[in-house]
Amino acid sequence: MTAQLKPDTWTPICTTNDLVPDSGVAAKIDNQQIALFYLPDEHRVYALANKDPFSNANVIARGLTGDLQGKTVVASPLYKQHFSLEDGQCLEDDSVRLDTWPARIEGDHVYISIQ
Amino acid sequence: MTQRQQLVIIGNGMVGHHFAESFRQQAGADAWQVHIVGEEHHSAYDRVHLSEYFQGKGHAELALGTLDGYREAGIEAHLGVKADHIDRQAKTVTLSNGDTLAYDKLVLATGSYPFVPPIPGHEAERCFVYRTLDDLDAIRSAAAEGTTGVVIGGGLLGLEAANALKSLGLHTHVIEFAPRLMPVQLDDDAGQVLRAKIEELGVTVHTQTATQSIDTLDDGRLQLNFAEGDPLTTDVLVFSAGIRPQDALGRDCDLDMGERGGICVNNHCQTSDPDIYAIGEVALWDQKIFGLVAPGYRMAEAAAAHLDGGEAPFLGADMSTKLKLLGVDVGSIGDAHAASSGAISFRYNNEAKGVYKKIVTSADGKRLLGAILVGDNSVYDTLLQYHLNDIELPAEPDSLILPTSDATPALGVDALPDTATICSCLNVTKGDIVGAVDGGCCSVGDVKSETDASTGCGGCAAMLKDVVDATLEARGIEVDHSLCEHFSHTRQELYHLVLVEEIKTFDELIQHHGQGRGCDICKPAVASVLASVWNELVHDEPHVKLQDTNDTFLANMQKDGTYSIVPRIAGGEITPDKLLVIGQVAKDYNLYTKITGGQRIDLFGAQLHQLPDIWQTLIDAGFETGHAYGKSVRTVKSCVGSTWCRYGVQDSVGMAILLENRYKGLRAPHKLKFAVSGCTRECAEAQSKDIGVIATENGWNLYVCGNGGMKPRHADLFATDLDDVTLIKTIDRLLMFYIRTADRLQRTARWMENLEGGLDYLKDVILNDSLGINADLEAQMERVIDTYQCEWKATLEDEEKLKRFRTFVNSPEEDDNVVFVQERDQIRPATDDEKQNLIATA
Ligand code: SRM
Ligand SMILES: Cc1cc2nc3c(=O)[nH]c(=O)nc-3n(C[C@H](O)[C@H](O)[C@H](O)COP(=O)(O)OP(=O)(O)OC[C@H]3O[C@@H](n4cnc5c(N)ncnc54)[C@H](O)[C@@H]3O)c2cc1C
Ligand code: SF4
Ligand code: FES
Repeated sequence: MTAQLKPDTWTPICTTNDLVPDSGVAAKIDNQQIALFYLPDEHRVYALANKDPFSNANVIARGLTGDLQGKTVVASPLYKQHFSLEDGQCLEDDSVRLDTWPARIEGDHVYISIQ
Repeated sequence: MTQRQQLVIIGNGMVGHHFAESFRQQAGADAWQVHIVGEEHHSAYDRVHLSEYFQGKGHAELALGTLDGYREAGIEAHLGVKADHIDRQAKTVTLSNGDTLAYDKLVLATGSYPFVPPIPGHEAERCFVYRTLDDLDAIRSAAAEGTTGVVIGGGLLGLEAANALKSLGLHTHVIEFAPRLMPVQLDDDAGQVLRAKIEELGVTVHTQTATQSIDTLDDGRLQLNFAEGDPLTTDVLVFSAGIRPQDALGRDCDLDMGERGGICVNNHCQTSDPDIYAIGEVALWDQKIFGLVAPGYRMAEAAAAHLDGGEAPFLGADMSTKLKLLGVDVGSIGDAHAASSGAISFRYNNEAKGVYKKIVTSADGKRLLGAILVGDNSVYDTLLQYHLNDIELPAEPDSLILPTSDATPALGVDALPDTATICSCLNVTKGDIVGAVDGGCCSVGDVKSETDASTGCGGCAAMLKDVVDATLEARGIEVDHSLCEHFSHTRQELYHLVLVEEIKTFDELIQHHGQGRGCDICKPAVASVLASVWNELVHDEPHVKLQDTNDTFLANMQKDGTYSIVPRIAGGEITPDKLLVIGQVAKDYNLYTKITGGQRIDLFGAQLHQLPDIWQTLIDAGFETGHAYGKSVRTVKSCVGSTWCRYGVQDSVGMAILLENRYKGLRAPHKLKFAVSGCTRECAEAQSKDIGVIATENGWNLYVCGNGGMKPRHADLFATDLDDVTLIKTIDRLLMFYIRTADRLQRTARWMENLEGGLDYLKDVILNDSLGINADLEAQMERVIDTYQCEWKATLEDEEKLKRFRTFVNSPEEDDNVVFVQERDQIRPATDDEKQNLIATA
């Protein structure tokens, strides 16, 4: 069963135990695939679209995280373009941006908000 | 059909071969049937590097042409056959095997023969010359049980022969009639410096010594008797008293000859018979014989062009030479003896250091006419460029050879015109090199393969590098060695930090030696270093976030986000039962199967969540991970070997399996591939691998640093006739040394090409332990081997790790974007269009 999203609400997705520090996992909500990245030093989760626009494969969650040119990024595992975790902007191509959603950790749970 | 014209080349030496190559590139070449006749039974080889035969190179490594190559090019090669007679009326050549070849055009490239002075006794059994591979074989076997060797002749080739005798372990003497060594190229002072240096190395030099007779003693040894002084007893005697053109064929058929030999040619290298050309050391041009290979090559090109109706006249050549003789630098440029009228010379002589430098300039001090260098060749390239390009000298020309507190005022390569020749062997100019860089070459290696520069004598290597670097710099291409923005270190430096400071995690390393969080460049690179040093599992907690997706999920991601599965099939050997298991798994999970280029089986199309189940089945059946995803040992290819094959001389499959099991899991700067062939037919293609092993009657020959892929490289022969234990020890050391010193993502081939000192240096480190690190390298390899675990097995035993193999953390669904269609009875990923259609019809 996938969780249903209600506008303007925080939807629980998984527990912090499901996350992998400094790395990503994928989740599916309402037919939308979402990549969740957990950065423990910021105690923060980022949520981005899981579909890699360069390959059309759902693989962003399986990319490596890091920082480049002052931005915290994930590198697509297929052709290695970098996307900012903050706003989904592709560093190699101005015209490409991944959708992002607000996400937060509360207690043991991870929530994201759509709209 | 018109009859093809007949072109006969006599002489399959360096120049004859080069002619055949050059002629093939002429537009009209197809109208000719080319024959090449060679007296030696070997196909043409690199005589310039003849001495390397004693350092382990065989004919194969020295060969310029091969019989197969000639066959493919449509050239008929008659090897081991001498041309005995030319009939210019009938236009035929008679061969020693009784055949007769008709010719329309004839090319004489018979080279020269070593002159043996008619000293009584010179025909004794232990007297040799130094010109062909056969000569070297004979010298080697005579030296085997001897202790002493003598070279008569202290010229350039004589000293080279002396070096060879010394390398065979003989106590060596050089006997020169003139008052100094290398009388042609050097003056007295320079000869003196060279002599002192050579004697320091344990070679005894006798100058102004005339040998009067040679007696053969009862035990077969030779006694040399001199005009003055005590006789000398020796086991081996090599004559190197100069060369003479091998011109008998021309003389017999009445071509115009020089007074002191040589067949006269014009600027097109035509002899007095316009249908006969002469090139190389047999040809006399403007009363000169050129005893070097580069002028011979230019002659070959001139003749080839002229034969095809074109023009590339030969206009003489520069005879400057730069050499290392017995480890001593010697250089001679142009008019070394200041013979030109009005020439003035400047000398610098440092007896303490054994360095002598002399330049010869025009009367006004503005042009460099010649130079001599002994003991220090560092200014050779600069001087040569002044000389060849007629560049105006600085106001104080002696500043070029005087030691200064600053570096010598080198002639920047920027000052050279585009027409300046950088590589004279292959006739490559500065302009050619700049063109190659503009055409996309980014390294000396690239430029070398593009232009052939520095693939002859190698003397121009330093100059070539300067031109390439300067050109790259001028194009704004900086050669920065930082790994990435997080580490201003090279991979080697990081490796040492990890080892010396016993750093076990990426976080520790970046905290102390880097900045920021890291990225997809440095994280996997550091992970690989940590794995090579400590060999903790790559997906253990501190390391898992560092791995590329392939290493994280222990499988190779494909274009649609699915993964491939490659179980290890060591040596390519697999039982029927295991084949059945692979077949069953593929059927159960609907995977595409393919035999890989690495002699194993790849299963494609698995989704993330399927990987553990698939691997559980495989591991239960006795399979292990094949590390197809890692920068690590991939496969050891094998041929079937002596167990089945009628030619095999060792069990290549057994050795391949042993090697694969020994090194499986070893993480390296890049992937490593091996192969083992059971005999010299080489069915496993070992010479294209990082580590290639070829069976011999006595053991194994080891080849290293080969590569297929984007830029193929033939592996170098590293050691011969090794027993099993020595083979493995040698590979242990070599691999660990590579792991310690290579750059990130640098295969062994590129590593070798960039290694200062190259193959010789590597041999010194690994075979002679010149750095004293071999025990260390072996111990480290032992540690990695002892801590091997199958990563898939370990993963399946760990619930925590298995958690990662979920397509979605919050749903058991599959990725509906993964869609397959059928092709040739198996699945393949659907194209975007196909996906659209499938959705529309669903
Ligand atoms: C599967 C296979 C092709 C096949 O269907 O036969 C293959 C597939 C890939 N090769 Fe290969 N190579 C395969 C044999 C080869 C060979 C042949 C061999 O090993 O004898 C070569 C040339 C030999 C060599 O490496 O010297 C080869 C030279 C390369 C190269 C170029 C390396 C180079 O030094 O130039 C790359 C790119 C790289 O590694 O950077 C590459 C990269 C790849 C990658 C990893 C590309 C990628 O990132 O997706 C492919 C992974 C596919 C997968 O999921 O397994 N593959 N690749 C072969 C797997 C062999 C195995 O059993 O492990
Ligand atoms: C040890 C050594 C080191 C050298 N180092 C250098 C160096 O550093 N730099 C440099 O520029 N040069 C060097 N040279 C010289 C260089 O090798 C020669 O200039 C070059 O090989 C000349 O080429 P060629 O084809 O004219 O003669 P060769 O290479 O001698 O070839 C002639 C061939 O013709 C064959 N032949 C002769 N007569 C007949 C016949 N009647 N029928 C059939 N075949 C025949 C011979 O067997 C021989 O194979 C060196 C030479 C030696 C021996
Ligand atoms: S050759 Fe290219 S396409 Fe073929 S398997 Fe290797 S990397 Fe893939
Ligand atoms: S000058 Fe001999 S290789 Fe370039």
